Amino acid sequence: MLNADKRRTLLLLIPVILVLVGYVLYPTLRTAYESFLHNGAFSLQNYEDFFGTKARANLQALWNSVWISLLSVLFSALIGIPLAYIFNRYEFPGRRFFSNIAIMPIVLPSLVGVMAFMFLYGEAGLIPNAIKDLLHLSDVPFKIGGISGILIVHAYTMYPYFYMTASSALGNLDPSLEEAASNLGANRFKVFWQVTFPLLTPGIVAASLLVFMVSMASFSAPFLLAGGFRVLSLQIYFSKINGDLEMAATQSVILSIVSISFLLFMRWYQSRKDYRMASKGIGAHRSEVSNPVLKWTMVTIGILAMIVLLLPHATLLLLSLVPEGTWTWQTYPTAFNFENYTMLFDTPYIWEPVRNSLIMAFLACLGVFVFGIFTSYALVKRNFIGKNLLDILVMIPWALPATVVGMNLILAFNSPSPFSFGKILVGTFWILPLAYFVRFLPLVVRSTNAVLEQLDDSIEEAAQNLGAKWFYTFRKIVIPIILPGVLSGTLLAFVQAVGEFPTSVLLYTIGNRPISIEIMNQLRMFNVGQAAAYGMIQVGLIAIVMFISSRFLGVKAEKSLG
Amino acid sequence: MNQMSIVHLSAITKQFGKVTAVEGLDLLIKEGEFFTFLGPSGCGKTTTLRMVAGFYYPTKGVVKFNDRDMTTVPPEKRNTGMVFQNYALFPHMTVFENVAFGLKVRKLNKAETKTRVTDVLKKVRLDQYADRQVSQLSGGQQQRVALARAIVIEPDILLLDEPLSNLDARLRDEMRAEILRLQKEYKITTIYVTHDQVEALTMSDRIAVFNFGRCQQVGTPTEIYNEPVNDFVAEFIGETNLLPVTEVQGGGEKRTYRSEALGREVTVNDTPLNIARYGEVDELRMSIRPEAVEVSVNQFSGPNVYPGTVKNVQFTGAAVHTYVEMNEGLTLVGTALNQGPSTYLREGADVFVRLPEDQIRIVPKAGV
Repeated sequence: MLNADKRRTLLLLIPVILVLVGYVLYPTLRTAYESFLHNGAFSLQNYEDFFGTKARANLQALWNSVWISLLSVLFSALIGIPLAYIFNRYEFPGRRFFSNIAIMPIVLPSLVGVMAFMFLYGEAGLIPNAIKDLLHLSDVPFKIGGISGILIVHAYTMYPYFYMTASSALGNLDPSLEEAASNLGANRFKVFWQVTFPLLTPGIVAASLLVFMVSMASFSAPFLLAGGFRVLSLQIYFSKINGDLEMAATQSVILSIVSISFLLFMRWYQSRKDYRMASKGIGAHRSEVSNPVLKWTMVTIGILAMIVLLLPHATLLLLSLVPEGTWTWQTYPTAFNFENYTMLFDTPYIWEPVRNSLIMAFLACLGVFVFGIFTSYALVKRNFIGKNLLDILVMIPWALPATVVGMNLILAFNSPSPFSFGKILVGTFWILPLAYFVRFLPLVVRSTNAVLEQLDDSIEEAAQNLGAKWFYTFRKIVIPIILPGVLSGTLLAFVQAVGEFPTSVLLYTIGNRPISIEIMNQLRMFNVGQAAAYGMIQVGLIAIVMFISSRFLGVKAEKSLG
Repeated sequence: MNQMSIVHLSAITKQFGKVTAVEGLDLLIKEGEFFTFLGPSGCGKTTTLRMVAGFYYPTKGVVKFNDRDMTTVPPEKRNTGMVFQNYALFPHMTVFENVAFGLKVRKLNKAETKTRVTDVLKKVRLDQYADRQVSQLSGGQQQRVALARAIVIEPDILLLDEPLSNLDARLRDEMRAEILRLQKEYKITTIYVTHDQVEALTMSDRIAVFNFGRCQQVGTPTEIYNEPVNDFVAEFIGETNLLPVTEVQGGGEKRTYRSEALGREVTVNDTPLNIARYGEVDELRMSIRPEAVEVSVNQFSGPNVYPGTVKNVQFTGAAVHTYVEMNEGLTLVGTALNQGPSTYLREGADVFVRLPEDQIRIVPKAGV
């Protein structure tokens, strides 16, 4: 006989498993199945084509993706780690301000960021042209594009991963460890290489794996900047556009294998015993920089870095004020006004994508919110066979590149299936909210897991002991305590869904085209101003969400842990 | 006002996978009794408490409250009030809301809830703090909220899981008195789990000593201390000198044992107070409390007097411990109340040690 507790676990698991199997596992398997079909018959032809001599481009693209990703890891680390070390270890004027600015790249959605970089440093970019005019050169001194463009954008958008992990590792590092090393006679150099650095390694390795995965999956940067250069995520898109779904499936499988092996490697690495120790009362200890030359050098570097970091944001703002048709052959924009913003409200055609994005992101996040809480609760607070498997299943959409998630959904739902209630979803409004739901589920589950793990089991037991039934406890105790954490995760998912590009570009229809697609359209029509205005909406949304999270939810979440 | 409860555990065994946490436990906890589970960590005491609360169901055996079989009744239907080691206060509620939670679940009306919560908060002297967030309270105050929250529902049984282990020493003394006062006032059957023998001895009506998932002995504090049933109980409760012995000769009013470590024979009164029950095959131990050991530079008359050398004199304030080396492998401790510097023995002094025959207890070695 099952006791009440086991029954409840089962009841909780049934919907969770149904949804995960229907919208994560089935589409993934469907893609795998499709990759073995050639002209409708079962064969290995697609893989032969991929690795064979016939289509060199594919293998070349895979190889390009790998080395671009490796270089992205290297550059991001070279920027992020020293920056974290300087901001966490030295005290100089403006330190706190600079360290807040350092994470600004994450405020820029990838497509919008790439766009800003194009107009800042590209062929017609403001900076190269400004230098050209200032120095009276005959040609622009430099321009980004192709490989260099992708790498620069990657370094800019991905170094915060290193910066944040290294910062938190340095913050958690007990200063007495370094003091102990000094006390035992090690000089500063030795202390850094033999004590500090080894303690940072777990975080750095985790960040490296993450950046590698993110840049393998990167779509927007190659999409806008690559030119003739091929990477695998882009190849999938081209195959799909050319109608070769079987090849797209094959490419997806190969990209998935790379990504999932990294996910598994990361899980293995993180589950290893790490060196973190619970020591009480860690106090920040920063050395005051007293040498005035050094001090002001640091401040100067800080200011320069700040300018470089914020230039894309400023560019975006500037461009968004350029009305349509006023910046065509001129080197610099000449007219500025708020037309692009006012048009949002008086031109339905312009407003429509914003409305679409907001509605679809809202629907997806509603689903993610409810489903995420139950999934996370089952994963953290319940014991059952196959828990590890379920955990991996939840994390698959996170490990899979967005392009692959999009392909999976296309292949799964371009024919009727029980999970779409016998309907074809591709080409309808609902496919995009579903894609956003699948894409951002892991994010919410992860953030909910984090708060639920902090919630001691005894809290629930206390409520039960006082006579509360399980659901009452769940509603009145568990939900209110974890709500701030879950909400901040969901809000983050919301803003990302609003800006989501790779799945949108594969799945949108004219009726539900989201902001990111309209940005692309406006860019094609050389209406940079409107595209930038759309970008500013996203930046504004992200800023609001971050403010809410840190001001209201952050405070509350901290209090609930106290 | 409370309906009081008897807790009856019979033949309880609890296994987690292959690990047996509690084995063959029989306990009867009387109405209104303050009953303590005492033992080292991992001995099964908390597991047993959680089976009473309903968080675990026993693998074998029956849990009864009065005559009701509660073995598989879910925790929310048991009407027990539990105080958790970490207090488990609801962090998003005020003091008042925390205490009112159990009453709200029981659907009491607002006015009645308010009176009862205010009442119990007064009892734990927290009426001033009703509207505070629990995170703003000190450890001792949080502890009192947890206690009030458990008591206000008028539980049949009060369960306390190491409630004082997170408090500092002075606060612990204060809370000990507070818990006892409330328990006597409400006359609730109480089960108290602790690994602290001082807490157990000072608070309990009766104690059950646990080790390795088995209950070693049940008795009043004086029984447990003075008449331990085996060497584990003797050693775990209080300090003692413990020596392996073998029986030489019985009969009459005295029995004689031989200690290899001492190299001599020891005479013990043949009374139940001095000799625990043991079987033919049991290994035996002799236990004598330090406060019973007499040490002097002068020769004693009577049996059980052995020469030794003072190794160390430890002054603790109220008491003085004298460590006497009997031979290379054996040191005995004698404890006396502080009588002033003139009575302290000099280190290195040759002394005599007397083990009074009415103070020695012979116990079997605990089976595992």
